[in-house]
Amino acid sequence: MTAVEAPRRTRILALASGGGHWQQLMEMRPAFEGCEVTYATTLAGLPEEFGASPAVIVPDFSRSDLWRLPVAGWRIGGALRRCRPDIVISTGALPGVTALALGKLFGARTIWVDSVANAEEMSLSGKMARRVADLWLSQWPHVAEESGAGYFGAVL
Amino acid sequence: MIFLTVGTQLGFPRLVEAMDAWAATTSEEVIAQVGSGRVTCANLAPRGMLPPAEFAGIFRRARVVVAHAGIGTILAAKRFRRPLIIVPRMAGLGEHRNDHQAATARALEKGTAVRVCWEVAELPALLAETAPEALPEGPGASHAALIEGLRGFIAAAPLRR
Repeated sequence: MTAVEAPRRTRILALASGGGHWQQLMEMRPAFEGCEVTYATTLAGLPEEFGASPAVIVPDFSRSDLWRLPVAGWRIGGALRRCRPDIVISTGALPGVTALALGKLFGARTIWVDSVANAEEMSLSGKMARRVADLWLSQWPHVAEESGAGYFGAVL
Repeated sequence: MIFLTVGTQLGFPRLVEAMDAWAATTSEEVIAQVGSGRVTCANLAPRGMLPPAEFAGIFRRARVVVAHAGIGTILAAKRFRRPLIIVPRMAGLGEHRNDHQAATARALEKGTAVRVCWEVAELPALLAETAPEALPEGPGASHAALIEGLRGFIAAAPLRR
């Protein structure tokens, strides 16, 4: 007798800092249909507002408060250990780069979609994400062309 | 009712003051979310941070929304299908760190219903338009293409053991 195991669903960790980054990530949810998604953001209450669950809150940090990186990295690592994602996707900013870098170490495929606010060049965090993103996208065709990023479309 | 929103982070005195001056010339109600920092306005009732539900309620009721060129606001105008006038923040005037809002505005000026106001002096004329066009809801062709592309990559990714 052969038992055919049903293939499990793809697991995704979708992380973005609060505000515009998060809103754009929410606009991409139709792409996660049929997947098991864990959401992560930096602002408590935000996931509930968008009906995004399960969700974890991670500390925010930027270039001006890089000292928060170890704690934020630890928390993002915790989310990765629990979710065990096949895919890590982020729209920004630095916590998103961290999630992609750690996600890659964990063996996940990684997606960076640069914020549509960066209409002239790739964001700084986007440039950092290049090295750790398997799929590296801009939401503007001319930015994609100049930076060597991919382009599918934009949430606007 | 006109809803003025400049986001929750930075102040935007140039826009708030222009809208304050316009409010003096009309009987139409203006609700203003003015961000942080001090602004002087005699004819507006300035609000700081609005709770999300209240923000959504006001947004839905607005005849026209006047805003900075923030992505969150633009996405909200799509979600709530409201007409939108944007005034990009200029780095040269100390309104933002860089000119990404101007770049966003230039890109939206072509091919979308968003009205871009480069000089606040143009605001009264834009607000006088009788049938402002609302932003369409739902994904346009570009949005659909992004979703499709992401879906393809996700479907092709190997599952971990």
